[in-house]
This record gives sequence, structure tokens and C-alpha cells, in this order.
Amino acid sequence: MKHLLSIADLTRDDIEEMLVLAESFREVTQRDIPKVPALRGKVVVSLFYEDSTRTRISFETAAKRLSCDVMGFSVSSSSVKKGESLRDTVQTIEAMGIDAVVMRHSAAGAPNRVADWIDAHIVNAGDGCHEHPTQALLDLLTLRRHLGAGLDGARIAIVGDILHSRVARSDALAFAALGADVTLVAPPTLLPSTLAGWPVSVSHDLDAVLADLDVIYLLRIQRERQNEALLPSLREYTARYGLTVERAGRLRKDALVMHPGPMNRGVEIAAEVAEGPASVITEQVANGVAVRMAVLYKLLGSGASGVVGPGAVVGASGAHVEGATLG
Amino acid sequence: MADLVITGGRVLDASGERAADVLVRGGHVVEVGEGLRGDERLDAAGCIVTPGLVDVHVHLREPGMEEAETVETGARAAALGGYTAVVAMPNTTPPLDDPAVVAAVLAAGERAICEVASSGAITKGRQGRELAPMGELHKLGVRMFTDDGDCVADAGVMRRALEYSLALPMAVISQHAEDPALAGGGAMHEGEWSSRLGIPGRPAAAEEVIVARDLILAGVTGAHVHFQHVSTAGAVEMVRAAKARGLRVSAEACPHHFTLTDACCASFDPVFKVNPPLRTEADLAAIKAGLADGTIDVIATDHAPHPTEAKERPFEEAPSGMLGLETALALVWEELVRPGVLTEAQALAAASWRGAAIAGLAHQGQPVAPDAVANLCIFDPEHRWEVDADRLASKARNTPYAGRTLTGKVRHTILRGEVVVRDGEAQR
Repeated sequence: MKHLLSIADLTRDDIEEMLVLAESFREVTQRDIPKVPALRGKVVVSLFYEDSTRTRISFETAAKRLSCDVMGFSVSSSSVKKGESLRDTVQTIEAMGIDAVVMRHSAAGAPNRVADWIDAHIVNAGDGCHEHPTQALLDLLTLRRHLGAGLDGARIAIVGDILHSRVARSDALAFAALGADVTLVAPPTLLPSTLAGWPVSVSHDLDAVLADLDVIYLLRIQRERQNEALLPSLREYTARYGLTVERAGRLRKDALVMHPGPMNRGVEIAAEVAEGPASVITEQVANGVAVRMAVLYKLLGSGASGVVGPGAVVGASGAHVEGATLG
Repeated sequence: MADLVITGGRVLDASGERAADVLVRGGHVVEVGEGLRGDERLDAAGCIVTPGLVDVHVHLREPGMEEAETVETGARAAALGGYTAVVAMPNTTPPLDDPAVVAAVLAAGERAICEVASSGAITKGRQGRELAPMGELHKLGVRMFTDDGDCVADAGVMRRALEYSLALPMAVISQHAEDPALAGGGAMHEGEWSSRLGIPGRPAAAEEVIVARDLILAGVTGAHVHFQHVSTAGAVEMVRAAKARGLRVSAEACPHHFTLTDACCASFDPVFKVNPPLRTEADLAAIKAGLADGTIDVIATDHAPHPTEAKERPFEEAPSGMLGLETALALVWEELVRPGVLTEAQALAAASWRGAAIAGLAHQGQPVAPDAVANLCIFDPEHRWEVDADRLASKARNTPYAGRTLTGKVRHTILRGEVVVRDGEAQR
């Protein structure tokens, strides 16, 4: 695998292999010293054209735990502000000698373009309304730990602003790829005009689907949608689509509540529900580091050496890791 | 001036088809017939000899964006594509809403190897609010008025523009039909692909609501409305119905709208970004059907050069538009003539003489007959070539057909009796 640009590029086997690798790294992250020399000497650039706290820190933490050198590229302080084109920027960075670019951009497909222009491995950390593949992988890792390895037949609703959500696009594909039965729940104005080609069903009525769900996945609702005539008000949104305490009470006892963050407490999710026993939201964040370690290792590690698999990296006992063989 | 004889070709024009040589002298056709002799011979064996092509919709980028194209380079690309006349669009900087700017474009066109007609903006600054000095522009020869690049979105302004045009002989109000309220912010066709790719969409409805509205206004005013780059099945159907009712309406379609679909955007390469956007297979079929039954009068390229760096951006951030002049006729043959959608005569009518009539170009598209100004295209329909973006005459490189092998190429182009393209090479 050269790049991770979208879940749409992956097969079920690709996804499952990545999750197995992520499980191994999850074990690493729980050690006293959660760091392995697997990618020592590799240079990873985090290139974020859009503000992000958790994704950026999660990737940088993952890279550091693999002993990569991490270069942060901050758009606000860079020549991008002076009008440099995306192509010039990434070619300049590449000329410094780098192995991978972790990239977030406000435009769909920006990482695909960069992959055409430079030789480094590209990891999509979210592109416009297109995809956010590592979010989907960490969501799957979280689900597997609760529901078991396969998601066959699991009923998952993704609720919220599907139209503008890269998380929804990646999650719908990823959940369905592992056999889940995915329903998108949103007002018609927050859904694409057609869902042809999406492996999902659709509902405009959260209350109608609530009781059957194994998992409810809530998306952040942006305040601006009110001004674009997509919603009458956030208050009305909460009344119809928010996971209130009352609605959470109608979920099955073992149902899981997920959210990619950052949350608008009191809008798409009640604070009590976010903190409640059904919520796995903080687990999602923790799993993000392990998944991003797996992705970086998959792209930079095994491809580079061609001989060392995850078992060798993590080590049978988990006590120590032989990273030197990875060069 | 020496005699020029074009030998061995098949002459095809509005009056019909015959194997004949063509003798040109003093900028005019003087004789059409068998076994003609002249001082200079131009080989047309295996070729169609036809009135030069006319493109009612090109962006020459002068003034203001000369790094992408100039009148000179755009005209050279046109000549290589077999065009002897093009109509320059007004979205320049400053825009073509002012007689001095239009006069400058026309003056540059005098030196070019293709006749350059100028459109005029409908509204001042192409802002969609106050009428541009249409009468003054008309006096300079402007016949097509358009705010192209932008739609005249305000129905009241559109009504007044149509009414005002009635006082200007041969004037046509040419609309870029996309309602900004529906299309604004979109970067590709709204449909299955935009939904999957997460690229904001420009719905077919954005085009169709304006076509519907403007057909009503054309009916009310009696003015001639022309729809640029028709791209949706719904728009084709409405134009068809309006023509059946006898309205003064004409329409154009672009090669990219009958050759490429929105699936191309899955590459995220903005070379496929254009307004109106590439649509679906069903729309593509409707455009072809519209050309076949004459609902769509002309094939125009919407040749839209952009500097390479402007297209080296993410899809949503890149400007819209693609090159068209040097590939159009080959695509017409590949997609329309060879598959039997159009006859050769229908294709050339749409690419030449019907455009000349709409644009009011008296010396273009005329039958190849004595006394006609010698504006001619000599096209070899069997010549195979590969589109190499770096070898195009246009200053820009943004062709969506790069690397594609096409069959059909212009061999010679003659402008007012001068051989401006010989054996596929521009002569100046």
C-alpha cells in the first residue's frame, strides 16, 4: 500500500489486516514506555491546511511512538499565506527529504492531487467533504472491541450532517465493508441529492430507527447550516435528531454511542449521554493513536523493508521490540 | 496575388457535396470545378473542403489574463482547429462592456490568423444589474451579447436586455444558463459522483430553471435568446419544445458535453472542471439527440485557457474551463459523425455555417462558390494523431483529452485567401 487516501480504495481484507495491525499497536500504546523504534529515521510531515487539534496530535503522537521524526507544517506561518500553490508547497517539502505526508485540507481530493505530484507516501487526515479514512479505521477498531471481529448484521445509524461529512463517507463505506447494516439518519437537506452507490439505507426519522440500533454514531452539526437555509435552527435539529437523555433511554441496553468529536454538547448529543455508560467516545480517541501507528507502519515500515511483519515489530511478549532490522 | 488551387478534395457546404478543385484568387473563391490549375497547389486528397469553422464561444483572455492566452495565440489555436472565425467572450479584465476595450480586441484580431469577432457584455462590469452600452457596442459590430462566465440571474434585467436588443439588428442575447443561487459553491455536476466524492454539486436544475425562465421571457419579448453550452437533458427538451412553438431561440453544445461525463471528476483532476459541469451519460445522449434533430444549432468549444499553476490546485479551488479549439472537429467526427449520430453535412452545419448565421458573420460559412470570401477548412477525417498538451498552439495546457488518440485532423486552413495553416502547421 503506497498511500491511504480513502476507504473507497480498500477491500475488506485490506481493512481487516489494518485492524489486526492496529490491535498490536494498541498493546504498545499501553506499555509503560509506549514507544518502539520501528520507523526510526523516517520523516513524517504533518501538513494541515485546516485547523484540527485531535487528529493532528493523534498522528504526531503515533509517529513519535514509532520513533519517526515529525515535522509540523503550519499553514498560518508558512509561505502558503504568501500565495504559494499546493504543488509548490509539497514539492518544496519533499525536497527536504521526507517519507510521508499526513495531510488535511478543506478541499476534497487534495491528497489525491498531492499523490500525483510527489513520491512520498500520503495519508489523508481529512479532505473537504470527501473522506477521513483513519477516523473510519479507529471507529472500526472501537467497534470490534465491543462487538467482535466481524460487524455482520450489526445495525448502525449515522446521524447528522451527512452531506458535509467526510466522516460519514468513510464510516458508511467502512462499516458496510465489514458487514454492518448502515442507516443514515438526517433531514433531507443534510443528505446528498442521491445516495446511489452508497451501501446504506436512509431515514429522516431518528425515533423510528432508535430502538433497533446496536450503535448510534452522531456527527457534529455546524452552526453555519442555519444560515444556509439547511436547517431552521439548532434547537429544531436537537428536537428532531439530537440524542437527548430521553432518546438515549429508548436505546437498547447494550447499544453503543459514538461521536468523532469535537462535540456540540446539548445540540447533537446531551452532555449526560456523552458521559454515560453507553458512550465509547473517549475510547475512540485512544484507539486513534493505535490506528495511525498501524497506518504509518503499513505504509512506511513493511514496504521499506519488505521482510518485517507486525509480529516482529510488536514482539511476542510485548517486552521489547527489535526495530533495528527495519532500517 | 498568385492563384491558389486546392486539388483533389471533396467540397461540402450548405449547398451540397461534390468532388471538385477550388481556385482562389484575391482572397475570394473564383472557380469550383474539375482539373483546375493555379500558381500554387494545395493538396486536399482524401480531405473535405468546407467553409471555415465558426466558434461562437471562445475565451481569448485578452485583456487581463495574457499568461493564459492572447488574441494572437487563441486565434492560432483556432486556425489549427479549422476555424476561420471565433467570437471572443467578455469575461476579460477589464470586461468587454466598453467600446474602447472591444475596439482593442478587434484591432488585435485584425493581425491574427483567424477572424476575431467580439461579444459584448449584457451588463456593466458583468455585474447583472445595469445594461452595458449595447448600442455603442453594436455599432462596432458586436452581435452577440452575453455576460458569459456569469448568468444574468435577475429576471427583470434579463427581460430588459431582451427588449433592448430588439432595436439592434441581428443582436442576440446569449445566456450562460446557471442560476447562481442553485449552482453557487458547486464544482461539479450534482449527482451520484458528487455525492460519493464529497465535491459540492451544481445541479442540472440550476441550468434548467434559467432556460425555462428565459424561454418565457423570449416569448414575452419576441427577442432572440441563445443558450450557451447546453448540458442537460431537461434543457434540451425545453429548447426543443420552444422551437416547436416558434420562439426565436438557438442553442449551442460543447464537445466536452457530448464526450465526457461527471465520472471523470473521480480523478480529482481539475482539468475536468468546467461550467456548466460534465454531466451524466443520459445528458450526453440527450445532447447528441438534440444535435441530431437540430434542437441544438451549433457546436461551440467554450475554449477556456487557464495557466497550468491555476489548475494545479485542489478540484474545488481551481478555476473552471478547458481548452477546445484544437480538438473539436476531431471529436465531432469521433463521437458524432463516425457513429452515425450526424451526417457530415449536419456536423459541418453545426460547426460552421449555422454559427456564422447566429453570430452575424457575413463572410463566414458561405458556400464554396465564386465570389465567396475564401475562408476554408480542409479536413482529413482519416488522419490519426495523439493529443499532446505540450504541443498545442494555445498558451495553456488544460485539455482534458491529453494522451488521447483522435482520428481526424485539419490539414489546411485558409483565411481570406491566405493559407494560414498548411499541412497542420500554423504559417504565422
